[in-house]
Amino acid sequence: MSTGSSLTPPPAVSARRGRLALGDRVFAASARGAGLLILLALAGVFVFLLIQGIPGLSVDPKEYGQGFETFWQYVGPLLFGTIFISLLALIVAVPFALAVALFISHYAPRRLATPVAYVIDLLAAVPSVVFGLWGGRALSQALKPVINWLGDYLNWIPLFKGPASPNGQTALTAALVLGVMILPIITAISREVFAQTPRLNEEAAIGLGATRWEVIRLAVLPYAKSGVIAGIMLGLGRALGETMAVTMVYSSSPKYMLNIIGDTSPQTIAANIANNYAEASADKQHVLIAAGLVLFAFTFVVNFIARWAIGRGERKLAR
Amino acid sequence: MKTTLRRAIVPGAAALALAASLAACGDSNTNTAGDNAPADGGSALSGKLAGGGSSAQGTAQQAWMAAFQGDNSGVSITYDPVGSGTGRTSFESGAYSFAGSDAFIANPSDEYTAAQKTCGGDPIEVPSYISPIAVVFNLKGVDSLKLDAKTIADIFNGTVKKWNDPQIASQNDGVTLPDEAIHTVHRSDDSGTTQNFTEYLSKAGEGAWKDEPAQTWPSTDGLSGNGTSGVITSIKGGEGTIGYADASQAGGLGVVSIKVGSSYNAPSAEGAAAVVANSDLDASATDSQLIYDVNRTDTADGAYPLVLVSYLLACPTYADASTAAMVKGYLTYIVSQEGQQAGASAAGSAPLSSDTSDKATAILDKIAAK
Repeated sequence: MSTGSSLTPPPAVSARRGRLALGDRVFAASARGAGLLILLALAGVFVFLLIQGIPGLSVDPKEYGQGFETFWQYVGPLLFGTIFISLLALIVAVPFALAVALFISHYAPRRLATPVAYVIDLLAAVPSVVFGLWGGRALSQALKPVINWLGDYLNWIPLFKGPASPNGQTALTAALVLGVMILPIITAISREVFAQTPRLNEEAAIGLGATRWEVIRLAVLPYAKSGVIAGIMLGLGRALGETMAVTMVYSSSPKYMLNIIGDTSPQTIAANIANNYAEASADKQHVLIAAGLVLFAFTFVVNFIARWAIGRGERKLAR
Repeated sequence: MKTTLRRAIVPGAAALALAASLAACGDSNTNTAGDNAPADGGSALSGKLAGGGSSAQGTAQQAWMAAFQGDNSGVSITYDPVGSGTGRTSFESGAYSFAGSDAFIANPSDEYTAAQKTCGGDPIEVPSYISPIAVVFNLKGVDSLKLDAKTIADIFNGTVKKWNDPQIASQNDGVTLPDEAIHTVHRSDDSGTTQNFTEYLSKAGEGAWKDEPAQTWPSTDGLSGNGTSGVITSIKGGEGTIGYADASQAGGLGVVSIKVGSSYNAPSAEGAAAVVANSDLDASATDSQLIYDVNRTDTADGAYPLVLVSYLLACPTYADASTAAMVKGYLTYIVSQEGQQAGASAAGSAPLSSDTSDKATAILDKIAAK
């Protein structure tokens, strides 16, 4: 090969570049189209909620039922319940998810890590209605002794104030089911960011005489922090919006309370909509859609705060 | 910038064009199906009929559809048990040709006006499904209890807290009642069953039930379950529980006999039908409405006033003759003695009395094409 020929590309190459440019354009356009379309869909949902929900703010008070007189009185306990149950689910899921992710990325031998990761991913494919049936019928029965024990011996903790539910369909059961449901999301994301810790950082830590736990604490966790938070936020998002599992697992009412083993526990917005929409009158449907709008706005705010927290963390790291 | 914009728009326009052409295909399909008007004079019905609503009627509707479509092979009916409220909304918007609803559309109301507008006249409402509601419980070693309406109301409003409360014990000589807490179970979803149960407690409970009858359970205490199956699961899952559900679903649980006059009656189809037959029409009823103000304090022999009445909604006129003929044929079959028996054997409901059935048939007879 002479030096001259390498300076001017042969015609075949430039022709291919022309085709590439066309492919490039098509791809860029469709990617941009997809991006805009999803924004459009989201805006569409928001506009729908707004148009259908606004009339729900000022309906006849008897539509709210259960003694509530204004929309905010009605939606307040539901929003509280949504946050409460989701936080309980996070308390269950986060330690587990991080431990599983670390096990897969740093502790398990490869021939074990792959199948474990595969099974956890499979968990994400189980439909929520199946989790709902399992939680409401099997897990609740199995938890009855635990709930009775908590009600008898730990009733000085507000969460376990009791008296214990006779059939185990409690918020505790729901939190466990919800925890299992959001586990795969948090695990999958954490696993990926743990695995991307720069090899040099880990080796440097080992070189300084760190144990495996110290390597994780000094090199892996600080590097992965923002990614893990993003994973937790995605899990929280799923927990906030989860409907079937919470509707089918535990007995709930719109009220402010901390007891999670009693006959009834705080209801979530999603469960309230699922429970009442089918039989609702036209006015009540507006009320329920307005409640959906509140959930939409709240989820938006949570994600916004999470983005901001992650961004701040990254900026600090970059400095 | 111009080119970027064009690039962004082109795929979208293509997608729209595709969607439009698909929609056009869909339209032409529907048209061909809808134009299948009876060709050979009257008796042969054919075409598609869409309805939906009350989930309480769901099982019976399955049986009715199967039987009616068996007799009229050209007819294809769908009934979506989406719930009464959604059923009524879809009927009022014209999406359903007929609907099932556990509550009638009262006159006057916004819903009534909407239905009038869609139908071009006063909507038709006739009872189609009567079902006794059972008060069921799970208590070891006890299969049946006798309770009056006041005691049931006091249990569900939290005044009576223990199974061995004197108010329960005094009505149940010889039954060993445990010194345990009563856990009430109510529907967590809005429901016609709740509406009828609370109406019974409010009218027959001798003042013990303070809340207005409503589809939504008034209190936020106690256990709850989603739908009839959710309530039954909840009761079966724990001892010391008591709730209310469609009597046909009460299998395996203890059933309360309610006090009627001086005797205690267990839920029965005959007792339920008798109560509806003894009830007056609602004060607001128009000529096209057979809607009842159920007599919750009926004291007739064998009566069971804790009953749910579910209605069919239809229009007096339909734009096309085929739909009018199908609605008329199907709904007339449902309220006929034959249809009521089919519903009773499939869903355990109470057949309409022959008098009620005749009145409903007379109203449905008025359905016609515009």
